Amino acid sequence: MIAYLTTLIVLVSVAALVGLALNFQWGVAGLVNFGVVGFVALGAYTAALLSPPLGWVGGMIAAATLCAIASTFLALLSIRLGDDYLAIVTIGFGEIVRILLLNEDWLTGGALGIPNIPRPFVSLAPAGNYDVVLLPFALLLVAAVYLVLETLVRSPFGRVLRAVRDDATAASALGKPVLLLRVKAFAIGGAAMGVAGSLHAFYLTYIDPSQFTSIITAYAFMAVIAGGRGSNTGLLIGAGTIMTLIEATRFLKDVMQVIDGAQLSALRLGAIGLGIVLLLILRPQGLLPEPHRRAREFFPTEKGGQ
Amino acid sequence: MTDYLTIDNLTKRFGGVAAIDGCTLSLRKGLITGLIGPNGAGKTTLLNLISGMVKPDAGRVSFEGHDITGVAAHRIASLGLVRTFQIVRELSGLTVLESLLLSPGHQMGETVSGALFRRPTVQEQEQHNAIKARRILARIGLWHLADQSASQLSGGQKKLLELARALLLEPKLILLDEPAAGVSPPLLDVIMRLIRELRDEGISFGIVEHDMHLIAELCDDVHVLAEGKMLVSGSFAEVTADPRVVEAYLGMPA
Repeated sequence: MIAYLTTLIVLVSVAALVGLALNFQWGVAGLVNFGVVGFVALGAYTAALLSPPLGWVGGMIAAATLCAIASTFLALLSIRLGDDYLAIVTIGFGEIVRILLLNEDWLTGGALGIPNIPRPFVSLAPAGNYDVVLLPFALLLVAAVYLVLETLVRSPFGRVLRAVRDDATAASALGKPVLLLRVKAFAIGGAAMGVAGSLHAFYLTYIDPSQFTSIITAYAFMAVIAGGRGSNTGLLIGAGTIMTLIEATRFLKDVMQVIDGAQLSALRLGAIGLGIVLLLILRPQGLLPEPHRRAREFFPTEKGGQ
Repeated sequence: MTDYLTIDNLTKRFGGVAAIDGCTLSLRKGLITGLIGPNGAGKTTLLNLISGMVKPDAGRVSFEGHDITGVAAHRIASLGLVRTFQIVRELSGLTVLESLLLSPGHQMGETVSGALFRRPTVQEQEQHNAIKARRILARIGLWHLADQSASQLSGGQKKLLELARALLLEPKLILLDEPAAGVSPPLLDVIMRLIRELRDEGISFGIVEHDMHLIAELCDDVHVLAEGKMLVSGSFAEVTADPRVVEAYLGMPA
């Protein structure tokens, strides 16, 4: 049971990292990214390939850096074209990564993937019980990324990104360098996806292309929509709820013996989809609103605003 | 009085239509200049060209003696030449106070490293800007709405907010695109009084407007555009007496 809970929490952590990244790109800065899984895969493979020579820290930094560079490149290519085109280009990026991973056997091992990925802090773990290290490691990683992104969202940088999201023309009329801001937001989100990919690789110690399907992108969008666009805290709750529901409903088959496992797994995904639709109808703004600066933060002694 | 903003032989074509066709005019420093003309005369296009939203095909725009032809919109704004929009572009995801805090240029907190590592300095800048924002919001009577979402304001309040946003950039020249459109009469009085006060404080204005009452009341100079060209310029009384202006508006000789 403990092992299962660890698995669940690590899965939630990976989903939360991916969700936090997408929330920054799409929720805060308004940049649609349908290629989320491509960045996660790029991060996972970079960590898997570079951790043996560089150590896990080096592997993880390399994964974040490479994903940030790829994001920058993609953003510069497509951001001038506007929303819909960015969506198309990112879908294309996701596919390119998948096909490269499958076919460049010399580097990625093709469909067989990469085994024996080194793990962080192995020497600290008691024999046969790596979970006691992995669990805090995953949680600390989420906490660190959350802290950085939350600081950014609440700063003037987050505010100017929201302005660019709402109306890029108005933002440029106020002297804001829209293109540069968009590239930065996309690169920061990309870096966080790289970190998520490395955690995925460290956890499984074995990766292959079949682990990186579009469902990762779909879960990330669900988490952002459920949590409320722009709210990192809402995102953590959203990602946690969705992943827990997906995992917990596995046990339904013990209770309901009328349906078999395959039917149940299809029903589970359907139920999640239904949940998102209901959420969009009943609470379209998500669980939590995005943070705002209030007048009383600046003028605590008087009652400004309402 | 010196020429402040000069437009020299500016041309912009959209397909076969020359929206601005060899237009030459200038705005003088410290004054309110009205730009009027019938629908389709090219007034908004001219504003878009000056503010860098649209690139001209030919001609030159210069501001304070610097050539700003084809310069990116955000660079022009940071030179102190700020514009507003005919259809208000409020930032719906920001509160009234936040949209003003957004405006000032050179904010350290708008860089990643500043936002992460220079937080005390950033907070100091924010506090400083918040005091300025409160002063302006109090002046235009919107301070009590500081924490409301900008999207919840009335049409006239949004126009005021847009002007306030421009003011926090500490502009030298403000170009207003139809500041009176959709504004209730009491708020229009507030806007007109504010523009006049700001002119007296040294800010120059260019105003595109159809409301002739506002033009007559406020403008020191009036330029009349027709079919992408400068037709007549002078005081409001002079241009309205000009038979060519009447012809441009009514399509027949006076």
